[in-house]
Amino acid sequence: METFFDYLLEFFFMIAGLMFAYSSYRSLKDQTNNKNIGTAIFWGILGILFIFGRWLPAMISGILVVGLGVITLFNQFGGSEEYQEDTKKAEEGARKIGNMIFAPVILMAVSAIVISWLIPESSASVIGIGALLSLILALIIFKPSTNEVLDESNRMVQQVGTTSILPQLLAALGIIFVEAGVGDLVAGLIGTVFPAGSALMGSLAYVLGMMLFTMIMGNAFAAFTVITAGIGVPFVFVIGGDPVIAGALAMTAGYCGTLMTPMAGNFNVLPVALLEMKEEYGVIKAQLPIALGMAVVHVLLMYFWAF
Amino acid sequence: MEYLPLIGIVIIVIGFILKIDTIAVVIIAGLVTGLVSGLSFAEVLTLLGQGFTDNRLVTLFVLTLTMIGLSERYGLKEQAVHLIDKIQGLTVGRFLSLYLFIREASGLFSLRLGGHPQLIRPIIEPMAQASAVANYDDVDEKTKERIKAQAAAMENIGNFYAQNTFVGAAGTLLIAGTLDSLGYHAPAASIAVASLVVAVIALFMSILYNIWFDRQLSKKHKKAGDRS
Repeated sequence: METFFDYLLEFFFMIAGLMFAYSSYRSLKDQTNNKNIGTAIFWGILGILFIFGRWLPAMISGILVVGLGVITLFNQFGGSEEYQEDTKKAEEGARKIGNMIFAPVILMAVSAIVISWLIPESSASVIGIGALLSLILALIIFKPSTNEVLDESNRMVQQVGTTSILPQLLAALGIIFVEAGVGDLVAGLIGTVFPAGSALMGSLAYVLGMMLFTMIMGNAFAAFTVITAGIGVPFVFVIGGDPVIAGALAMTAGYCGTLMTPMAGNFNVLPVALLEMKEEYGVIKAQLPIALGMAVVHVLLMYFWAF
Repeated sequence: MEYLPLIGIVIIVIGFILKIDTIAVVIIAGLVTGLVSGLSFAEVLTLLGQGFTDNRLVTLFVLTLTMIGLSERYGLKEQAVHLIDKIQGLTVGRFLSLYLFIREASGLFSLRLGGHPQLIRPIIEPMAQASAVANYDDVDEKTKERIKAQAAAMENIGNFYAQNTFVGAAGTLLIAGTLDSLGYHAPAASIAVASLVVAVIALFMSILYNIWFDRQLSKKHKKAGDRS
């Protein structure tokens, strides 16, 4: 059973790879994107990594990943302007379909949870199964043309753009950090402040570590890999903290930091400009009570629930 | 130089401050960290490639994109706005609490509803301001500014604390992937369920915050029609 789901997962990686490859092909033909060659190469590399990742020698994959960075560093990745929003079609669809329009997205979220409950071995492949089921439902309800389906696949991939692979890249960075001993160094530094071996101190260190690192780096994803290896494992997991609960809490603890830092520009600085506010840190100020309150909640939850 | 491997963290911080391309910064941070800790270039590349391939899971959310795109093409956002438009006659705080609830629910269903440019600026913030004007006679600049901040804050709170409740969210998958590489079995579905607790607490805490916000406004301003 487990091997079946392993194969299924590999199959889903290939589908994702095909989506990237298709966007690569579309980028190549895209007249609206003046960096279309670089963009096409970027998506093409991702397509290769996803379709053949299992069989490629790791060093070749590494070189390909560096290739992705070279393209973005030299600003050779561009966005597509190809897609025309069809507001008339959307308005008409909303009127005709009504609340049934929400059915596919609801099916996707619910089916993933239900399937993983019924068949625990399915683990990660539930996302693919949920996506597939909900896509079928969407095809039944909306009755789109083949071109529309392909257009939407390409539009969405282009729209999430390079940020789509950032979490995965940060996970890879985390592995290098662990190998280089960064986790041990962080653990050593933290250990001078918080004694290891106590559930309360461990919870405090993990939550505060995530918050502070997220505030410094402006990104909870980047902090998560470092802090989990450096604090989560030695201060929480090895003394009996549940990795699933503590890990989930650590990430949202990081978000408490996100709400308080100007480094998270898109969220805390951009709205100041968008809403024509006078106070530069007005949004952060409004978020402070919740961010601090939730930080306390996180420490308590980790101490009482994860242990 | 015992602490030299920490240079990767420094590189990320500097890169983010200088707004150098994030993808490139992360890759450079990884390469440099590996090299200063004594690995050969080939070893670092192997580690990077292996780490990236092993964590393809984290990017699996792209599979959900086609369906979401189709839903948007056929009016998902329009229908959501219709539903929000029907809401009238609420106080500022209650309206923002309701928006937060909708925002968190959309996180659970992985809807890309919300966002400062897409929803806060064009719909939520103006409706919150309108509600203040309908409820109070003397709404000044300071109050307007504070409502703007509160509206933006609700968007961020709803976005962050609820996003991991979806099994296929990038954050959820990153937690699963990272724990997996560290040798802990962590199914994404269990992580999503654990995250739900945080989302619900954040919702209740923010509702209290909005109730307090309403009270502050009532204290400061005269009720509409209360002119004697």
